[in-house]
Amino acid sequence: MNASEPPGLSSQRDPLGYTVELGGDRPIRLDCGTDLGPITVAYQTYGTLNQDRSNVILICHALTGDHYVADPHPITGKPGWWIDLVGPGRVFDTDRYFLICSNVLGGCMGTTGPKDINPATGQPWALTFPVITIGDMVEVQARLLDFLGIEQVFCVVGGSMGGMLALEWAASFPDRVFSAIPIATAARHSAQNIAFNEVGRQAIIADPDWCGGDYMAQGKLPHRGLAVARMAAHITYLSETALHRKFGRNLQGREGFSYGFEADFQVESYLRHQGSTFVERFDANSYFYITRAMDYFDLAAENGGVLANAFAGTKTRFCVISFTSDWLFPTSESRAVVHALNAVAANVSFVEIQSDKGHDAFLLDEPVMHATLTGFLDGAAEHRGLPRKVAKP
Amino acid sequence: MMSNSNGNLRVDLKLIADMVAPGSRVLDVGCGDGSLLAWLGKHKGVDGRGIELSMAGVTAAVSHGLSVIQGDADTDLHDYPAGAFDYVVLSQTLQATYAPKTVLNSMLRIGRHAIVSFPNFGHWRVRWDMLIKGRMPVTDTLVYDWYETPNIHFCTILDFLALCSDLGVRVERAIPLDHDGQVMTCPGGRFAANFFAAQGLFLLSRG
Repeated sequence: MNASEPPGLSSQRDPLGYTVELGGDRPIRLDCGTDLGPITVAYQTYGTLNQDRSNVILICHALTGDHYVADPHPITGKPGWWIDLVGPGRVFDTDRYFLICSNVLGGCMGTTGPKDINPATGQPWALTFPVITIGDMVEVQARLLDFLGIEQVFCVVGGSMGGMLALEWAASFPDRVFSAIPIATAARHSAQNIAFNEVGRQAIIADPDWCGGDYMAQGKLPHRGLAVARMAAHITYLSETALHRKFGRNLQGREGFSYGFEADFQVESYLRHQGSTFVERFDANSYFYITRAMDYFDLAAENGGVLANAFAGTKTRFCVISFTSDWLFPTSESRAVVHALNAVAANVSFVEIQSDKGHDAFLLDEPVMHATLTGFLDGAAEHRGLPRKVAKP
Repeated sequence: MMSNSNGNLRVDLKLIADMVAPGSRVLDVGCGDGSLLAWLGKHKGVDGRGIELSMAGVTAAVSHGLSVIQGDADTDLHDYPAGAFDYVVLSQTLQATYAPKTVLNSMLRIGRHAIVSFPNFGHWRVRWDMLIKGRMPVTDTLVYDWYETPNIHFCTILDFLALCSDLGVRVERAIPLDHDGQVMTCPGGRFAANFFAAQGLFLLSRG
């Protein structure tokens, strides 16, 4: 490995990823007006950066995701959240592309967030951490690319909140984005989605162990509140059909009703499990800050109330993907993005994929999504002048 | 790429492709699996976009690297800015739109040229079915029974030319086609074409 090269650019990968301190010389000016820096950014890479640094795919994770796209999660040991898409010959072909994913600003997997120590006080930031936006997260990612010496990404891709980041990237740094794939997302957070986020936050607030956000300093964890927040959110990631197929009205390890309030039904047991495993790996205050960033996201409002203005003159190639059964980010939201892109005669593809798996479909085995992504990337690669797929014997 | 990009383009699509200037910007409305766009991209260096109603068509096209959105002529043309394309193509779809006049206007707002083809309801076989047999026509170009047809706005070649005239649209080329999409020679002009042609293919521009 070249000693002067930033970590992650060598082929010697570290499955735990890399960290870098950014903004020491020039703090990040956040949308709320606060200057933040230096900050730590945790990231992971896959594949090999080519000579002219033109084969970069920036993967943006969702609300509770992280940069362990295809590596085992260091806390839970579970496989990476897009492991099926990453590898030689796969959708994100590591023989052709260089993949980068960074933990977002405000996160809790290595990038600076509310659970870190505020150097000015020596105490965890907790709720003194400045409120952040999707734009701030993108600004931090841009700083990471600067550090890695990458001028333009070949593609920025993400689902759900990751899709918001992809859209924000295309709007804020059009010259740095050759192509963008926003999946199961929207150009603004709907009232319904803000409402769901508020339920989650209020569940955390209602837990006495949250301590007004100060739980770390007081040696506590609001695990009950965070678990309830996760349970409520998890329902919104699925569809009625998917829930019914998976659980129906089946009882959990019992022949009849308990005539009490145990987890009689399998679906209850499943949700409790989802809630309790989530608290092991996620920070309650991060949940606050990141959901808030999503709530504030409205690309049209940032551009004079007209979404098309966000993309005026764009040369980026877009592939917008939605799922029929996604009621959290329904197809109408993706269509609004497509209409705005058409209004500026942008190069856009749009596929609504038939699936009954709800919002989470983008994380699951969806062959049509895989074929769409592969085809779009192949087409974009041809236009970018990247070499064709290597034929395997 | 899809097999069609290598040469064997459907006869009627090849006629359309021949009307398109190399290196131009083309929007194919109702592009199916994108065969025409793929061919134009490969052989004429065209910057092509497509709109297709069927999800199977859209996913096939996008999976082959084409820029295609799921949508239709009635709802998705008004978004585009004026003059965004050199050609807007509507092949065998005009009769299935809710508002053909609006669609035609939109096509010539967003494109310098429009290329339109449709089954000719003035064809003698259609007249025969109606006049002699007293039945709704089912022919090689009008394959649906009345109860399942997506076609809701039939017109004859003369009807279409009259609409173009009303809209101040210039007809640059008018090509009568037979059932197989082959060019016909119709001595006798537009009235003969209106009687003998199974389909009409038109290259239009703003007047």
